[in-house]
Amino acid sequence: MSGVYPSVPLFFIVIVGVLTLAMLSRGEAPVWRVATPLALGVLVLAIWQLVCVGYGVPAVLLPPPGAIATAIGRHLPTLGADFQQTVLRAVLPGWAIGCVAGLLTAIAIDCSPFLRRGILPLGSLVSAMPIVGIAPIMVMWFGFDWQSKAAVVVAMTFFPMLVNATAGLESTGAMERDLMRSYAAGYWLTLLKLRLPAALPFIFNALKLNSTLALIGAIVAEFFGTPIVGMGFRISTEVARMNLDVVWAEITLAAVVGSASFAALALVERTVTFWHPSFRK
Amino acid sequence: MTSREALRHGVPVLVVLAVVVVVWYAFAILLNLDRARALADDDATNWDIVSATMAQDRPLLPAPHQVAVELFSSVFTHAVNSPKSLVFHAGVTALAAGVGFAIALALGILLAVGIVHMRALDRSLMWWIIASQTVPVLAIAPMVVVVLGNIGLTGLVPKALIAGYLSFFPITTGMVMGLRSPDPMQRDLLRTYNATGFQIFRKLRWSASMAFLFPGLKVAVTLALVGAIVAELPTGAQAGLGARLLAGSYYGQTLQIWAALFAAAVLALLAVAAVDLARLALVRVRGGRL
Repeated sequence: MSGVYPSVPLFFIVIVGVLTLAMLSRGEAPVWRVATPLALGVLVLAIWQLVCVGYGVPAVLLPPPGAIATAIGRHLPTLGADFQQTVLRAVLPGWAIGCVAGLLTAIAIDCSPFLRRGILPLGSLVSAMPIVGIAPIMVMWFGFDWQSKAAVVVAMTFFPMLVNATAGLESTGAMERDLMRSYAAGYWLTLLKLRLPAALPFIFNALKLNSTLALIGAIVAEFFGTPIVGMGFRISTEVARMNLDVVWAEITLAAVVGSASFAALALVERTVTFWHPSFRK
Repeated sequence: MTSREALRHGVPVLVVLAVVVVVWYAFAILLNLDRARALADDDATNWDIVSATMAQDRPLLPAPHQVAVELFSSVFTHAVNSPKSLVFHAGVTALAAGVGFAIALALGILLAVGIVHMRALDRSLMWWIIASQTVPVLAIAPMVVVVLGNIGLTGLVPKALIAGYLSFFPITTGMVMGLRSPDPMQRDLLRTYNATGFQIFRKLRWSASMAFLFPGLKVAVTLALVGAIVAELPTGAQAGLGARLLAGSYYGQTLQIWAALFAAAVLALLAVAAVDLARLALVRVRGGRL
């Protein structure tokens, strides 16, 4: 009898779930557009829980969502400390420095066509390279603590911002620049009033892309050596100790931080570039 | 490209590269100065110390020519299948990245076809696929490697899976955009020809999607490479560029780290070039258009 127990409810859940999804996806109202992916998420979590508990999947392979939730509650102080070390100390400063430096460099090389032609091809070349690989070198230069992680983040976020911001600064048309000239606006006024605002969608694109890259850079850099705190450190040590529920708790934290920063940036973008065609009603 | 144009674009790049090399040498001297001073004899001249900064075994920052020598010796002076050869390690990583890329290609295209043709998939899955990219996927790499190791899967498979998971996103989004790019007029035209759904897919949607697929592929190959390298870190793997990075960082072998980094960069360039070649071949087969 024990073999029947998980299979039958699982069968029903899958059937009901797929039918619900099919029904939800017919709705056109915004409510349904949000509800459908959420329903899929709930369905996946339900199947995951049922399979893990019902078929007795060992916790060293895949802990059920319930156990992960318990682990999050139990290890809240640890998660908080790791968040502070990795996100507040390494990711945020690194991301800010890398993005500002990339933007300033883009403005600087904007004045000189020679520099632009020299740096841009190299910039896009470097963006295509596995930059996380510099993590061991940064650990050697800046030590085990957060400084080396921030340095990796700076290196990872600089080039995407440089390439995007340069493309954004070039996105204004000749007509608009001529208009500015007819207003007797000089280079800096044109930059401030026309070209930087026009580049904002590109800049926000890089900011959003970089928010994920920064988190990846800091976590991977911690695999190469850290003080005994930090999300990457926790993941690699708890994996080795087979405490997969803690690892999943840490991954949940990383996912929440990643999505939240992306959403926050998207919100700021909406407010700042309200004039852009993609946001107009 | 005319020779004048080549000059116009080539000269700035070369100048910037030269500046990078000069700055690199300056930093190499600066960073290694303390150790060179400490190791120098009492009667060493300043010049002796400066040249010593560029000849250390484990420099803080190796000079460019040291990296070049290390690259040359680890590529050409060992047999290709010996673990001392960088070609061997690059090959291990490239194989994992390649298999992962193939998985991502198959999965990405299948998902895109499903999303374009099935409303339920589009509404429920697309949101999660986009959301999955705001999650630092690489963070789960060590866990995947260890968990798969527990059920007896080691070596290539876990690395390829991570590389594939990391690189399917640009392929899927590119394909979805491409499969949706034909406008209703074109679809209506094919319908007036009495084309079946499959014919519309094959002759119109599939053909139109190729122009969108290749930019995604370029991003995907480099992501697959990053995935393969990071996947080599947690197991203390014996082979692969990631393993070289980790071993180099454990034993302070900076030359080995830099050589592995450059090998990874070369591998990334080769992968992007291969995608470009495939695109050019397709353009030629199709008579000059994608």
